[in-house]
Amino acid sequence: VAVGALGALTPDDNIVATYREHAHALLRGMDMGVLMAEMYGKREGCARGRGGSMHLFDRETRLFGGNAIVGGGLPLAVGLALAEKMQGSKRVTACFFGDGAVAEGSFHESMNLAALWKLPVLFCCENNLYAMGTAIERYESQVDLCVKAASYNMPAEAADGMDVVAVHEAAKRAVDHVRQGRGPTFLEVRTYRFRAHSMYDAELYRQKVEVEEWKTRGPIHTFTTRLKAEGKLTEEEFLALDAAANAEVDRAVAFAEAGTWEAIEDLATDLYSPAGAAP
Amino acid sequence: MSRRISYREAMREAMQEAMRADPRVFLMGEDVGRYGGTYAVSKGMLEEFGPERVRDTPLSELGFTGAGIGAALGGMRPIVEVMTVNFSLLALDQIVNSAALYRHMSGGQFSVPAVIRMATGAGRQVAAQHSHSFEGWYAGVPGIKVLAPAMVEDMRHMLAPALADPDPVLIFEHAALYNMEGELPDDCVPDIRSAKVRRAGKDVAILAYGASLHKALAAADALATDGIEAEVVDLRVLRPLDDATIMASVAKCRRAVVVDEGWRSVSLASEIMARIVEQAFFELDAPLARVCAEEVPIPYARHMEEAALPQPEKIVAAVKGMFA
Repeated sequence: VAVGALGALTPDDNIVATYREHAHALLRGMDMGVLMAEMYGKREGCARGRGGSMHLFDRETRLFGGNAIVGGGLPLAVGLALAEKMQGSKRVTACFFGDGAVAEGSFHESMNLAALWKLPVLFCCENNLYAMGTAIERYESQVDLCVKAASYNMPAEAADGMDVVAVHEAAKRAVDHVRQGRGPTFLEVRTYRFRAHSMYDAELYRQKVEVEEWKTRGPIHTFTTRLKAEGKLTEEEFLALDAAANAEVDRAVAFAEAGTWEAIEDLATDLYSPAGAAP
Repeated sequence: MSRRISYREAMREAMQEAMRADPRVFLMGEDVGRYGGTYAVSKGMLEEFGPERVRDTPLSELGFTGAGIGAALGGMRPIVEVMTVNFSLLALDQIVNSAALYRHMSGGQFSVPAVIRMATGAGRQVAAQHSHSFEGWYAGVPGIKVLAPAMVEDMRHMLAPALADPDPVLIFEHAALYNMEGELPDDCVPDIRSAKVRRAGKDVAILAYGASLHKALAAADALATDGIEAEVVDLRVLRPLDDATIMASVAKCRRAVVVDEGWRSVSLASEIMARIVEQAFFELDAPLARVCAEEVPIPYARHMEEAALPQPEKIVAAVKGMFA
């Protein structure tokens, strides 16, 4: 989802993401070692180990955080877009959130505000069918999320989230609309979560067979199969890419392992700006 | 030299001045534009600054407060007006979970230079859902600054330094004071860091803020007729609290009463009393006292509302109890 969607944005656009923002950070150019160090809680991490896995921030690449309050990023994205519009910039603010966020009041308030003020926001909903352990048909009266966007007078499109090309094409259409100053769009990306919600999730709420079936549609698997069939990727090239990725992860882990801890004396540093600092 | 101005006009002038000086500053909130502000604070500003900069919002406290915080992250200097502190609880998530912690959690990368203003307090017979005082709750949150102007000079001069502050600042305006007029000296020094002694005394320190400050001053007048010289301290900055001014007054008077319109338990008053015990225990000649709101929803009927709130007579009684 992140690969398809971020490919439709420019490096200067704003990103507001959820606590599953690792791909977004990497795609924005965050060094994997810096990201891994943050997950280790090390001072070399992007937020000096303050935020951890759920709160990756990168001012330089305009990544305004992984937000772990479900729906918490949406009002911020609306505000960022308002700031861009008032300052006459062409930046798009892309806001990622899950299907669970759609049940939050902040979703509805933010969709209304963005549409009312014709703000340049791409609302990208990664619908993986579960809000933690509750299936969407058990918490939504209307499971077609695009219908909700339509009620805010906002164009909406659903894309196959297991197909990176389809996500990219849909994201391009959505971003084009936003960039032209025609207001926000809603993009629902239908996907699935292969792994448990967290380390503490025993996955009592879904069948293994369901997970296995979705795995056959895994986007890396299907995309590489397609590339190979079209003669655009050889098995050797794929293995080389895979090995390079594994090597990068190894290097990132080594970097994080070698990292240092922020001094406890700095516990309160950056709670407030330094005295006299200009905003 | 000075001139006469209302509490309401003081904030309006401050906002006009800020918006004329800095194109990044804008006002957003419910009915701030065409209606002229729920308490008429922004009356006339739409005509001067237009609907982009005096921006009416839907009744979406969470959404528009969060949008103000986002706009601050995006380079603007928003003034977010929330109609009352009761309604701000709908926006609590964005104030506490976004604005207050963004700088620390991002390792210093993102500050939130937003000002969030709201009316607080009782005394107008508008019943429980429009009359509470939750500024003490906000004063417990690290990462934000909390101001409570009681005098026209602070209403006029706290906004500029709040906007110039890189961190989120909440301003609590007492709804019962909007019509109050006062003398505005020409030579005010803006100050959002310290408490201020409003009346010097030597026998008891009365620590108060907001509308309670005026009740404390009335109580001090009454005590003076009985020969008790009360010192009245306007706390005015509720976070961070100005411990130095508080302790200096306590050490001088050796007795202290805290007046707080919030509910008594786990209140700003209890925090201040704890600090006095920690920092000035051996200066005290009598147990500390506090005069707070009774622990009930603020009622509608006037006599019941008055009974629920701190009043000068209650402050006088609390002080006299220390000399008994």
